[in-house]
Amino acid sequence: MSMQAIVGVEDGDVLVALREFLRQLLDKKIVDALMVPLELPSGDAIAQTLIKDPEKLQRANPLAPVMMVNSANLVSNLTRRGSREKVGVVLKSCEMRAVTELVKLLQASLDNLVTIGIDCLGTYEVPQYALLSKELEDGAGPSAEQLQAAKEGQVIPRDGYEFRAACQICEYPIPMNVDINIALIGVDTATVILLEMEPETGKEVLEKLELQEGEAPAREEAVAKLVAARERQRDEAFTQFHETVNGIPSLVAQFATCITCHNCSTACPICYCKECIFETDTFRHTSDRYLTWARRKGATRMPSDTMLYQLTRMNHMVSSCVGCGMCESACPSDLPLALIFRAVGQKVQDLFDYLPGRSLEEELPVATFKEDEFPEYK
Amino acid sequence: MEDFEPRIVAFLCNWCAYTGADLAGTSRLQYPPNVRAIRVMCSGGVDPIYVIKALLEGADGVLIGGCHPGDCHYQSGNLKARRRVAILRAILEELALDPDRVWLRWISASEGKLFADTITEMVQVLKDKGPNPAREAWAI
Repeated sequence: MSMQAIVGVEDGDVLVALREFLRQLLDKKIVDALMVPLELPSGDAIAQTLIKDPEKLQRANPLAPVMMVNSANLVSNLTRRGSREKVGVVLKSCEMRAVTELVKLLQASLDNLVTIGIDCLGTYEVPQYALLSKELEDGAGPSAEQLQAAKEGQVIPRDGYEFRAACQICEYPIPMNVDINIALIGVDTATVILLEMEPETGKEVLEKLELQEGEAPAREEAVAKLVAARERQRDEAFTQFHETVNGIPSLVAQFATCITCHNCSTACPICYCKECIFETDTFRHTSDRYLTWARRKGATRMPSDTMLYQLTRMNHMVSSCVGCGMCESACPSDLPLALIFRAVGQKVQDLFDYLPGRSLEEELPVATFKEDEFPEYK
Repeated sequence: MEDFEPRIVAFLCNWCAYTGADLAGTSRLQYPPNVRAIRVMCSGGVDPIYVIKALLEGADGVLIGGCHPGDCHYQSGNLKARRRVAILRAILEELALDPDRVWLRWISASEGKLFADTITEMVQVLKDKGPNPAREAWAI
């Protein structure tokens, strides 16, 4: 990020300042359309909404601490075969990382796309968010107290509530590789919002929106503090995971409540296969097959292939797992998928020194190979 | 377990490993009969799902036999297989399953003895390890 600009905040109302900034992006034709999280009329849910009419931005709420779906899937829908209009999309860090992976998988395009990141101050599960929206007087969004904490490099949930498991161990709250990033951590959001921008987009934004350049000196330190805290939590979670999962019985126990509904795969931004093998005739078994399995082991669980599905999905996608935790959020059985896939993902990604979403230039580990590597295989 | 006979599923590439196994046969080399060979055109065509399926069904060991790097009939299939096996073994290890039940070996068409020796070695190693705990697991 080479350019930084300041957007003024009046009366400590960050949301209003953000709405105005987003509106300007449409009005000044930086983008022709804007996809941004919008408050739904019911008041307890948020949906990414593709907007052409700036009036609709009055309901925009990019600060809402909830991720209904991973927007990378939506960016894929919008750009898989290219977009003829310039579209701006507001994305959290894990969503942008997933977009980068999808671009490498030829499922999304950055052409005609303006990516607008926003620092993530944590997300609640969808039903929790709905509850909070109704229970709290000032709504579920970040309170003045939470914004102040963010300024000091701390991301905290509302009293008595917890963020999603995936968020608690996320070491990447700052979006990478976006054209514009809306910075909140380490920033005095009572008075300003900081915009971090790529030079080309930055120049256009500074000019057309008539913004001043500026900086937030406390930002680097605040971000480092937050990342360190998250890394500690991550390591603790991984240690606990290794203690819990120590062989077939404990592994099977972790997945005992899995009903093989495949919702994790539907929700996952990386699982993009239009024809997943598990949705084909390969897995529409004949009754003879079931009976043979039952005979061989004495009994066979129905529906079949639960562990096979989980382990295969892992093998196919975990090298690009961005740890967004949508799998766990989508799971009707509350499987601790976020931690499992993150722990396994970490191990596989470390094999190749690969960080999903870090760079478009880094090839997917599963899409390439080296002549000389892994000499232990003879 | 004295009478435990390991069951090995071997995915052997048509051009090298399978031919090498065939040579072991025509040369009348003696090796343990514990292996079930599955001929694939290339070790690169072995999707991890096959290996996982074999293990979950109770196979005590899975061997993937391919051409030596540089000799793949399809140029680089074996190099892709190498990455896939590395990933699979890392996943097994992370989940506290024994990664050493999955072997990747380069066996050329002329290496009949190497194939026989590999199977002999694998059977011994698996006998020491004992049966795959997944054999009894029906709740999977």
